[in-house]
Amino acid sequence: MSLNPEYLKEERNQEWRAELRSKTKNKDRALIERVHMPELAPEIRVKYQDREVNMGLQLEQAQKEATRCMDCANPTCIEGCPVSINIPKFVKYIEKGEILKAAATLKETNALPAVCGRVCPQEKQCEAKCFYVEKMSKNSVAIGHLERFAADFERDSGTSNIPETAKPNGIKVATVGSGPASLSFAGDMVKYGYDVTVFEALHEIGGVLKYGIPEFRLPNSIVDFELDNLKKMGVKFETNYIVGRTSSFDDLKEEGYKGFFIGSGAGLPRFMDIPGENSNGILSSNEYLTRVNLMGAATDATDTPVLKGKNVAVIGGGNTAMDSVRTALRLGADRAMIIYRRSEEEMPARIEEVKHAKEEGVEFMMLCNPLEYYADAKGRVKGMRLNRMGLGEPDASGRRRPMPIEGSEFELDVDLVVVAVGVSPNPLVPTCLPDLKITRWGTIVVDEDKMQSSISEMFAGGDIVRGGATVILAMGDGRRAAENMNNFLQKQSIN
Amino acid sequence: MNKIIEKEYFSDKVVKLVVENPLIAKSRKPGNFVILRVGEDGERFPLTIAGADPVKGTITLVVQIMGVSSSKLVALEVGDSITDLVGPLGKPTHISKIGTVLAAGGGVGVAPLLPIVEAFKQAGNRVITVIAARNQDLIILEDEMRKWSDEVVVMTDDGSYGRKGLVTLGMEEIIQREKIDECIVIGPAIMMKFASLLTKKYAIPTQASLNSIMVDGTGMCGACRVSVGGKTRFTCVDGPEFDAHQVDFDEMLMRLGGYSQEEKQANERYLLKL
Ligand SMILES: Cc1cc2nc3c(=O)[nH]c(=O)nc-3n(C[C@H](O)[C@H](O)[C@H](O)COP(=O)(O)OP(=O)(O)OC[C@H]3O[C@@H](n4cnc5c(N)ncnc54)[C@H](O)[C@@H]3O)c2cc1C
Ligand SMILES: Cc1cc2nc3c(=O)[nH]c(=O)nc-3n(C[C@H](O)[C@H](O)[C@H](O)COP(=O)(O)OP(=O)(O)OC[C@H]3O[C@@H](n4cnc5c(N)ncnc54)[C@H](O)[C@@H]3O)c2cc1C
Ligand code: SF4
Ligand code: FES
Repeated sequence: MSLNPEYLKEERNQEWRAELRSKTKNKDRALIERVHMPELAPEIRVKYQDREVNMGLQLEQAQKEATRCMDCANPTCIEGCPVSINIPKFVKYIEKGEILKAAATLKETNALPAVCGRVCPQEKQCEAKCFYVEKMSKNSVAIGHLERFAADFERDSGTSNIPETAKPNGIKVATVGSGPASLSFAGDMVKYGYDVTVFEALHEIGGVLKYGIPEFRLPNSIVDFELDNLKKMGVKFETNYIVGRTSSFDDLKEEGYKGFFIGSGAGLPRFMDIPGENSNGILSSNEYLTRVNLMGAATDATDTPVLKGKNVAVIGGGNTAMDSVRTALRLGADRAMIIYRRSEEEMPARIEEVKHAKEEGVEFMMLCNPLEYYADAKGRVKGMRLNRMGLGEPDASGRRRPMPIEGSEFELDVDLVVVAVGVSPNPLVPTCLPDLKITRWGTIVVDEDKMQSSISEMFAGGDIVRGGATVILAMGDGRRAAENMNNFLQKQSIN
Repeated sequence: MNKIIEKEYFSDKVVKLVVENPLIAKSRKPGNFVILRVGEDGERFPLTIAGADPVKGTITLVVQIMGVSSSKLVALEVGDSITDLVGPLGKPTHISKIGTVLAAGGGVGVAPLLPIVEAFKQAGNRVITVIAARNQDLIILEDEMRKWSDEVVVMTDDGSYGRKGLVTLGMEEIIQREKIDECIVIGPAIMMKFASLLTKKYAIPTQASLNSIMVDGTGMCGACRVSVGGKTRFTCVDGPEFDAHQVDFDEMLMRLGGYSQEEKQANERYLLKL
C-alpha cells in the first residue's frame, strides 16, 4: 500500500511545513546528534520482569530529534514502512509541538502506534531508508522513538478520542484470533459500520502481544488501552472460544456471520528433534513466555509454576530468543546464554533487543549448535553437547549456511533450556475447513492484494499467512483484508 | 456461563460437577476435554468431559483433588461460576463397531471412560468394563458403567470392595476368557503403562488417554509433548488418545513429575492461606 505521491506533495507544500523547513537549515539539522533513548539501568532492570526498559523521550528531546528530519522532497522512509505512515508529516508535527496532530497522523494508517513504536524492527524498515542512512552514512532519524513518543503523549494526555464509526450496517463479521492482524481488521471494520466480534481461544485478548512479548518490552497496560478503545468503538470480544471447535464455521454462519477474518497466528513451537530434548527443564519459548507473561508465573501469588534455572541456554537468535533469555535473567539465572548457529550479523532479532541483552549480561555463543541433552536421574536436564559451526555458501534465505566444524564438539552445564527455533502455522483452522487452500508449510493461501482465501467469505492475514513475521505486517494484512472484505460484502448485499 | 448447576461428592477426594456451557455441551464428542482456570491467579488445567446434556446445555466433569487447582475448583459451590472454561479440545475417540471392547479405568480415569463406554455400546459392540481403585471409597460411577456395559468387574487394591487386586489382574482374566478386539485404558500413567504391557503380550490393539501436563491445550506450547513410536507428539492436539503400545510411558511418568517441587510448594502456600 503506497501513498499517492500527489497527496504527499500537497501535504508537504502546506504552509506550516514550508515554514518549518525554512526555519532551520538542513546543514544545521544534520549537525544534531541522534537522541539517546533513556533506559532503566541494566543492574536495576534485570530485577523486574514488568518494568519497561525504554523510558520514553521527554518533549524537548522529541522535538530536537524531530528537528533532525529534513522533511525530504522524496521521503524514502515511507517506502520502508509496511503501512506507509506519512512519516515526515508526523515528525514535523512533533517539531512544531503539535503532538496530538502527530498522533492523529500515525492513526491514519496505523491502529497501534504505541505498540509499533516499541516493537517494530525500525532499523530494517523506515529507519533503514532514511536519507541520513542512505545518503549521508549517519544515524537515521529515530522514527520509532518518535512514533512511540507521540502515541504515549496522546494516551497520557487523556484526550485521545475514539475514532468515528459509520452508521451500523447490521452485517456481522468475525475474526478468528485476537492478535495484531485481527485487531487492526476489527478496528477498520467497525469504522465501516460492521458488527464485529473477535473470537480468541485463550482467556486473554492480544495474541502474541500478551502471551509472547514480555512486559519489559511492551507493558500490558499499553495493549489494554488500545483494546479498550476498540471496545468503545463497538468491537465485541469473546475469549475462551475456539472457532472450529467451540462452534463450527457453519454454526457461526447460521448465527448470521457473513465474513470471517482468520488471524490465528503461527502458534506451534518447533523443536530440533535431538536426543534428550524431552527432558524436564527443556521447553519451548512459547511455553516459557506463556507461563511468565500470560499466567504470571514469575510471582508466588499465582498458581502457575515456572522452572527457574541457574545456567540457562536459549537456542535461537530471533526476538523470541531475546525475550526468553532476558526473562531467564530476570527470574534469577546466573548465566543466561544465547546459542545461535549463525553469526551475530545474521540474527533476526531487533538490534535494540540485542544491545539491551548484552548490557544486561547475556552471553552470546555464536556459531554453536546443540547436538544432545543429558538429564539427571530424575529426568531434569543437566548438560548439553554442542558443536561449533563455520559459515559456508549463502542458502535459500540469502544468509550464509552454517556448517558443523569437525572435531569441535564441547559440553556445557545447563539446568534450563529454552528452544526458540521458530514456529509453525496453527493448524486448528485449516484442519476443520477441508476446502481451504493451504501451502505445504500449512500457511493459508490468499490473494496477495485482497487477502481473500480460496473460500470467498474468508480472508486471512498475519502469521497464519506469512508463517511468522512481524506485528506491523500482521496489522497491514488486517487493514487490507478489511478494505477488501468491505468491498466484497457490499457487492454481495447489492446483488 | 460456566455456572455450576450441580455438585456431588463421590468420595472425599472425587467430586462430580455439572457445569453450564451450552456451546461445549453441543459440540463435544467422547474423548474431548476442556481447560479450566479458577480465579484470576489460577492456572490452566485440563479435565475430561465425562458427559454432556446438549438440551440442558451442561457438561459433566469429575475431578479428583490433587493440589491447588483441583482444590480451588472443588471449593466452588452450586451457583458459582468457573472463571474460564474452553473446549472441546483434543481429538475425539475413534468409535466404530469392532466386536468386543475391553474398557479399563483406574481411579478418577473411570469418569472420562464413561462416555467412551457409552459410545462403544451404542455403536453395537459388546463392552466389558473393569473399574479399579485403591479402595471402596474411590470406586466411582459403577451404576452408570453397568448401564452401558455388558459386564462390569470391580477391583480394589485392598480388597475392600469387588475383587482384590490391580486392574491388570481383572483385565487378564477376561482376555484369557474371551476374544477382545480392542482395549481402551484411562487412569494414572503407571496403571496405563502396565495395562499396555499386558495387552501388548496378547497383541490386542489398545488406546490410552494420556494425561500429560498442559498449559494452553491448543498446540501452542509443547508442555504436553510425549514420545509415541519414537516421535514427539503433542497430547492436546495429536491426542489425548494414542496407540498405547507405542507410547513411552517412562518418559511420560518422568515428565509428569517435572514440576513436583513447585506444585508441592504452591499447595503448601494454598493450605496456609485457608
Ligand atoms: C516472543 C515473541 C516476540 C516477538 N517480538 C516481535 C517484535 O519485537 N516485533 C515484531 O514486529 N514482531 C515480533 N514478534 C512477532 C509478532 O508478534 C507476530 O508476527 C504477530 O503477533 C502475528 O500476529 P497475528 O495477528 O498473525 O497472530 P498472533 O499474535 O499469533 O495471534 C493469534 C491468536 O489467535 C488465536 N487463535 C488461534 N486459533 C484460533 C481459533 N481457532 N479460534 C480462536 N482463536 C484462535 C491464538 O490463541 C492467538 O492468540 C514476536 C513474536 C514472539 C512470539
Ligand atoms: C487430557 C487430560 C484430561 C484429564 N482429565 C481429568 C479428569 O477428568 N479428572 C481429573 O481429576 N483429572 C484429570 N486430569 C488431570 C488433571 O488435569 C490434574 O490432576 C490437575 O491439573 C492437577 O492440578 P492440581 O493443581 O490440583 O495438582 P498439582 O499438585 O499441581 O499436580 C498434581 C499432578 O497433576 C499433574 N498436573 C499438574 N498440573 C497440570 C496441568 N496444568 N495439566 C495437566 N496435569 C497437571 C501433574 O502430574 C502433577 O504431578 C486430566 C489431565 C489431562 C492431560
Ligand atoms: S528520510 Fe529521514 S530525514 Fe527524510 S523525511 Fe524521512 S525521516 Fe525525515
Ligand atoms: S498444552 Fe500446550 S501444546 Fe499441548
